[in-house]
Amino acid sequence: MTDNEVRQLILDIIHDIAPDEDLSDVKPDVRLREQLDLDSMDFLDIVMELRKRHKIEVPEEDYMQLATLDGCVAYLGPKFAAIGSSAA
Amino acid sequence: MRCDVAIIGAGMSGLAAGLRLAQFGRSVVILERHGMWGGLNSFYKKDGYRFDVGLHAVTNALSPGYRGPRIPLQRIYRQLRLDPDLFALDPQGFSMTVFDDATLRFSNGLELLTQEIAERFPGEVDGFRLLGERCAAYPDSMVERPFVSTRAILADFIRDPLLVDMILCPLLYYGSAHENDVDFDQFKILFNSIYREGFCRPKEGVRRILDVLVSRFRESGGRLLRSTAVEAIEVRDRRVAALRLEAGGVVSADVVLSSAGLLETMALRTDADRVPPGPEVPGELSFVETIWVLDRPAKELGWEPSVAFFNRGSGFSWRRPEVFVDDTSGVICCPGNYRHDVAPEPVVLRATHLANHRAWFSFDPPAYDEAKREALKISESAVEAITGPFTSHALYRDMFTPKTVTKFTGHRNGAVYGTPDKRRTGRTDLDNLFLCGTDQGFVGIVGAMLSGIAIANAYVLSAKGGEGA
Ligand SMILES: Cc1cc2nc3c(=O)[nH]c(=O)nc-3n(C[C@H](O)[C@H](O)[C@H](O)COP(=O)(O)OP(=O)(O)OC[C@H]3O[C@@H](n4cnc5c(N)ncnc54)[C@H](O)[C@@H]3O)c2cc1C
Repeated sequence: MTDNEVRQLILDIIHDIAPDEDLSDVKPDVRLREQLDLDSMDFLDIVMELRKRHKIEVPEEDYMQLATLDGCVAYLGPKFAAIGSSAA
Repeated sequence: MRCDVAIIGAGMSGLAAGLRLAQFGRSVVILERHGMWGGLNSFYKKDGYRFDVGLHAVTNALSPGYRGPRIPLQRIYRQLRLDPDLFALDPQGFSMTVFDDATLRFSNGLELLTQEIAERFPGEVDGFRLLGERCAAYPDSMVERPFVSTRAILADFIRDPLLVDMILCPLLYYGSAHENDVDFDQFKILFNSIYREGFCRPKEGVRRILDVLVSRFRESGGRLLRSTAVEAIEVRDRRVAALRLEAGGVVSADVVLSSAGLLETMALRTDADRVPPGPEVPGELSFVETIWVLDRPAKELGWEPSVAFFNRGSGFSWRRPEVFVDDTSGVICCPGNYRHDVAPEPVVLRATHLANHRAWFSFDPPAYDEAKREALKISESAVEAITGPFTSHALYRDMFTPKTVTKFTGHRNGAVYGTPDKRRTGRTDLDNLFLCGTDQGFVGIVGAMLSGIAIANAYVLSAKGGEGA
């Protein structure tokens, strides 16, 4: 999965959780919480959607890795790769 | 039957918890004693009319274009993935508090109330503004804390006892399980829910909210079993081992959430005699509610408020009355006076008064019916004294009593807001049994939904028991 695809997949999840947010101009290196109205419950939801949709587990001590879109790509990229190869 | 999570009760809290969990793939079964869902806020048909059981107002109205800290209704929409338009909520026009010596109107947002206080109590308006600031943030809903008297705190902000009572009257009516006072954190919640955010109402009444919750729950794979009462909670090794159903059969689940009330839930346990006694006692506050169907909109009879809270005589007293129905205070609600584009059918006026549950439970059947008729007359003259005459336009009347509340919720004493001692963490002495709804501490339609969501998050979805990152 490309970096762009991972980014899009996170944005898709955020769109479902917070349909009222404008996601057209989210900066990848700025904390999501600073650009969007997301609180800790919403982050919990992102984690749970990842589990539900993509079978990816994010342990609580790693939640911080998801603070920015870049962080999501760096952290989740390898996890998606692992799933992709095991599925193949 | 086996499932991940079993929920006792299909009221607002049980349904919200169930939906939240089902959306995350948990297998969820909701067990409801009655043939109908909704609990205290259900709907019914009688003699050809459709009525809501309790709906006066959905609190915590979300104004269009609102920007600011996340408020409860937004939280519910997000956490349950609901489009805000689904509930079809329209705002109130205005509401008011009517005492012998003063009337204060209020609407959504603090502006109108502040203005009215400035006019009627000029020396108090600065204190009221400061009180508003003191209440601005919602307290943490799940932290256990000692009771703090609101009356004691209000004395620092407001000097005139009349104004103190007028500020308290709507808030106690819509959410205090305590006699004559309310915990200050609960006061903040009520202040924001009722004054700062305000009232709205679903165009089609409560069934709209319930339809959305139930259909989404089922679409997400949840099972809702009606006419299915839990007869016993079987306890083994500090855990709920199974729920035994009145109709026969058992349900076993990893986690059980109960909206049946704290004492009521404990009484279902097979080890009930060994449950460590706590400070909790059944609530004392119950209501009678009168419903009139009118032949024309109330506005045509000169009655405009969406909701009116009234009190006569000196001092507002919030306690179990000596008499079976207390006509010295009450709440008058007129669904047709919300800003709906289509007037709700039928045209209804409804009124709530404090009632003495002991009296109502002591009446045998003929005396009970007689008491209802009498209470109806008492309510009618009390309400007409506020609204002006309307009963010549009444086509139909219905009334419910503390006994009805107990029937629909199982709450002892018909205590609408449950026990005064809340279990804010939702925990019990059993590892997999948690409380949601009224006795977890959040009341009202919005409060109950939030409670269900918070408990589902804390004890099922977030394994560690916290609220996440
Ligand atoms: C007259 C009146 C007017 C009201 N008006 C408003 C209003 O305008 N706005 C507002 O916000 N709030 C209002 N409320 C309050 C509001 O209805 C409640 O706070 C809220 O609905 C509580 O929801 P809950 O899920 O906590 O509990 P409940 O609605 O009490 O649900 C509990 C459910 O559990 C079920 N149950 C209990 N025991 C068992 C068992 N052993 N087995 C199976 N099922 C069981 C019951 O049948 C019930 O359905 C009003 C209340 C009353 C009485």
